[in-house]
Amino acid sequence: MSVLVSLNGRRRIYEVKGDVAVVRINDPNSKVNTLSIQMQKEMAEVMDEVWANDAVKSAVLISSKPGCFIAGADINMIQSCNSADEVTTLSQEGQKMFERIEKSPKPIVAAINGSCLGGGLEFAIACQYRIATKSKKTVLGTPEVMLGLLPGAGGTQRLPKMVGLPSAFDMMLTGRNIRADKAKKMGLVNQLVDPLGPGLKSPEERTIDYLEEVAIEYARGIVNKKIPIRKEKEIQDYVMSFEFVRNQIYKTVHSKVMKQSKGLYPAPLKIIECVKTGVEQGPVAGYLSESQNFGQLARTSESGALIGLYHGQVACKKNHYGVPQREVKTLAILGAGLMGAGVAQVTVDKGVHTVLKDTTVSGLARGEQQVYKGLNDKTKKRNITSFQRDSILSGLTGQLDYSGFEKVDMVIEAVFEDIHIKHAVLKEVEAVVSPHCIFASNTSALPIKDIAAASKRPDKVIGMHYFSPVDKMQLLEIITTDQTSKDTTASAVAVGLKQGKVIIVVGDGPGFYTTRCLAPMLAEAVRVLQEGVDPKKLDALTTSFGFPVGAATLADEVGIDVAAHVAEDLGKAFGSRFGGGNVEVLKTMVDLGFKGRKSGKGCYIYQPGLKTKEVNPDIGDVLEQFRMTPNPAVSSDSDVQYRLVSRFVNEAVLCLQEGILKNPLEGDIGAVFGLGFPPCLGGPFRFVDSFGADKLVEKMRRFEAVYGNQFTPCQLLLDHAKDSSKKFHK
Amino acid sequence: MSSMLLSTIPQVSSSLSESYCLTLLSVQTKSKKTLARPGVKNVVLVEGVRTPFLLSGTTGLLQRTGLPKDAVDYIIYGTVIQEVKTTSILRHNINQRTLGAGFSDKIPAHTVTMACISSNQAMTSGVGLIAAGQCDSIVAGGVEFMSDVPIRHSRKMRKTMLSLSRAKTLGQRLGLIGSIRMAHLSPELPAVAEFSTAETMGHSADRLAAAFGVSRVEQDEFAVRSHTLAKKAQDAGLLQDVISFKVPGRDIVSKDNGIRVSSMEQMGKLKAAFIKPHGTVTAANSSFLTDGASAVLIMSEEKALAMGYKPKAYLRDFVYVSQDPKDQLLLGPTYGTPKVLERAGLTMSDIDVFEFHEAFAGQIMANLKAMDSDWFGQTYLGKKSKVGTPPMEKFNLWGGSLSLGHPFGATGCRLVTTVAHRLQKEGGQYGLLAACAAGGQGHAMVIEAYPQ
Repeated sequence: MSVLVSLNGRRRIYEVKGDVAVVRINDPNSKVNTLSIQMQKEMAEVMDEVWANDAVKSAVLISSKPGCFIAGADINMIQSCNSADEVTTLSQEGQKMFERIEKSPKPIVAAINGSCLGGGLEFAIACQYRIATKSKKTVLGTPEVMLGLLPGAGGTQRLPKMVGLPSAFDMMLTGRNIRADKAKKMGLVNQLVDPLGPGLKSPEERTIDYLEEVAIEYARGIVNKKIPIRKEKEIQDYVMSFEFVRNQIYKTVHSKVMKQSKGLYPAPLKIIECVKTGVEQGPVAGYLSESQNFGQLARTSESGALIGLYHGQVACKKNHYGVPQREVKTLAILGAGLMGAGVAQVTVDKGVHTVLKDTTVSGLARGEQQVYKGLNDKTKKRNITSFQRDSILSGLTGQLDYSGFEKVDMVIEAVFEDIHIKHAVLKEVEAVVSPHCIFASNTSALPIKDIAAASKRPDKVIGMHYFSPVDKMQLLEIITTDQTSKDTTASAVAVGLKQGKVIIVVGDGPGFYTTRCLAPMLAEAVRVLQEGVDPKKLDALTTSFGFPVGAATLADEVGIDVAAHVAEDLGKAFGSRFGGGNVEVLKTMVDLGFKGRKSGKGCYIYQPGLKTKEVNPDIGDVLEQFRMTPNPAVSSDSDVQYRLVSRFVNEAVLCLQEGILKNPLEGDIGAVFGLGFPPCLGGPFRFVDSFGADKLVEKMRRFEAVYGNQFTPCQLLLDHAKDSSKKFHK
Repeated sequence: MSSMLLSTIPQVSSSLSESYCLTLLSVQTKSKKTLARPGVKNVVLVEGVRTPFLLSGTTGLLQRTGLPKDAVDYIIYGTVIQEVKTTSILRHNINQRTLGAGFSDKIPAHTVTMACISSNQAMTSGVGLIAAGQCDSIVAGGVEFMSDVPIRHSRKMRKTMLSLSRAKTLGQRLGLIGSIRMAHLSPELPAVAEFSTAETMGHSADRLAAAFGVSRVEQDEFAVRSHTLAKKAQDAGLLQDVISFKVPGRDIVSKDNGIRVSSMEQMGKLKAAFIKPHGTVTAANSSFLTDGASAVLIMSEEKALAMGYKPKAYLRDFVYVSQDPKDQLLLGPTYGTPKVLERAGLTMSDIDVFEFHEAFAGQIMANLKAMDSDWFGQTYLGKKSKVGTPPMEKFNLWGGSLSLGHPFGATGCRLVTTVAHRLQKEGGQYGLLAACAAGGQGHAMVIEAYPQ
């Protein structure tokens, strides 16, 4: 017997196979399934029919979309609410619906292929049984915390019961994705199904069919009591039955969260509260706490900032410049240093033939070793097999000359930051490559048009500014000059997207966008040090504002020599506005060999194997030479924080004013993903919106009175301060 | 390891009447009369033998040849899992086996390995040597000793042991010995797993069967068919390539001991062996790994005739193919069959005898479905439509690896010999054999009956 019931919108079809109802989820308007109000309504209707149909003994819930079960709740649905109560009501409706699923008299098997996240996971864990494919695309998780929210449809209550307190906290507080095999070990899914290769249909289609066939078998097995659905009591459950054990866990988790978030993120604390309430006071209190906290969190500025970043990230993972005429099949990288090898790693592992060229055998060997190590680390973490590692590495060619460059489609240079060297390299490359080849410079501060001045084909010259370490940092800043062709830009963006990057495309100028924002903040940091603030204190002030890395540590990471170089270059280009700290401080440190982490000494001393780092004792003498007297009127902890941040923010706004930035969104994404601007603030532009341009200008005027034009607010910022209705983000 | 020589090579008989030959040719409606090509040497199969494929116990190679002691130019053997003491030093090994029986110690020999098609590779290497004019007669074969596979120490232990042999002082030695932990002691067992994917073959076969929607019942039915046909062939005395072999310390074994005709009900009771619990591949619908050895004598046609032999068949075109070792591991026959037919200028309907290596019933059914699918033909084989399937009344009529067993290295020669014998028995002209192998490789060969 097979009955097809199509519903309004044809979003879900339910079909009866024998005595099993197969409910297929398929949002017709989107590539992914999300839990929207509409979908919840339809789902409730379908389930009512399933429960009312006497021919049906059990049900299978499956998505027809390849690579996606349910990707989560519809964020817009939450954002369009006008009050916390409204969001709480949404949460309660979700809770009620999943409660009915949980109490279903007919067993429901969730057949999961592809992403099963957030609300999707909460749906799945309300079902009686879960089967997941071992496909790479199958991931389970509760990423709500990354949006400043919590799992608001019963997740905080069901997860601890299902996987135990420690795992539940780990999932909900990190929001990380869990692969199917791990989920099986944790008890999150009951059974695994192998993805299939090509047969009489494409692998994707056939795998979904197979998953459905297997799920139907299990659904029948559950009805026939051949397959048990209750999990056995484990030792962990016994241990958790002691209140003092549980209290110890709450305490540990709480202190860990406070240490990592500095208390700047409310969501993790609320998650702990909801779980605790549910476990200690019972489900009624637990579910109530969950829905109320969900409502409150949805209205916080932190959640708004994080959701903004999420949308921005999605927007910056698209190519807005069209499809390039030629696909880059062979990419060459000049310079096998930290950057060059990093770029090589993220390119070659995407299946692009990669040429890594250096001038010395030792430099090349070091670079190739870095790529090997990067991939081998993935093997150790079992992300890839050793066979995949070796097969990826076979796509990497290391060489010392330009042989074969006529076949290269794009060259990315990562040689020393010196315009003369860049020119020499550009000319060498143009002499050997074919005319379609694009030349990209991975410079962090030199204007691209100055580099392109030496080119025969300036339309093929572009900037691709990567961030170190390349395999970890998500951002790629692409810099176009007036002469860069649209196709060149499209091609650079396509390569960046293939490398897995979040991309902003900015205009040309000294320091472009990111370096230009960072430089004034670092100049201010040097001044703060000169005024007698200890590097550790400086780091604490910046991290407690929400920066993931303190300013002194950041300088060490970037490299004191690079910072000195950039400060000098940009100082020349922008004049006294980029002053503050004395560049000589940095130069003296470089002369003493304190180049930062890479040389083992900078603001701190780095010893291999040691996690804690001590302040470099010799730096005191250097700072003593350049000692400045702090002005108590602008030197409170809070003032120091705002001195650092306001210079960053003002420069970012100026970049938008000057047209370096196309929009505030890319500005926020660049600052957060490239420079570690506090994610809870959502980026410099969202920060101005939520903090208030007028309040910021007021602070800056106070600093301006002491230090001068370094704190003069730019015109655009003043405009926003004057008119509070002006916002960067609507 | 004992050795035997063969005594009964049929001599060329001149008693065949010409009229019989003509009648035989007139009934054939082949697209080609013969696959002989000008300028290409005809290579013939003179004889093929094998030991019974045994579920357990040890084994030896036996040869049934009345060959003069120095008439063999070269010996090539296929083997998969190499145990130095039993197979690897094959030159030595073969001589040990053959010297007593009359083979000269002047005959060079080497081993080849290509997983389940190792002895196919041995034969085709021999064909190459003959075609190139390097040799005129070759003994090719395959041998597998599943009951004596080498088990290696763990890499850590090997490293420690090697360092130990280089250690100079007692202190160094004690230090090394002291570094041995429990983890060092766990051995590395050889598994029938893919190097590139670490997936066992049975697991892959189960996924392949699922990909082509092959049901458990279809698989069990095919397995029962294989056992039934093997039993019939054995009872009818058709498996004339089998020669008796004395297992040291035990009785003489003279027939395959893995043939077990079961009822569908019995088959249905078995649990899935690889994908538990919902898989469809079971122990009963998979081929079983056994000890076994097989050998063929192949020669240039002139040489065979000059020596007074009556060849059994011509070894004609052959191909090797390779595809994705993960999802298409066992689809070798689907890729190899159309390719070898094209090379030979034949069509599926020209073939009278099909012998496919039966790794798993699910694998055979999946291959048949792939060859019957327009979508698969278009998407993966680059054809306009499907390849077409061999008719079952011509397919593996004397059983196959499912029922006779599958000693990795030795199966290929069995397939060739079976095709030749079936062509003789059934009076067909062309036979085709195909096999899949680890690494996503495959092989197919066209064999032409020698005019009777």
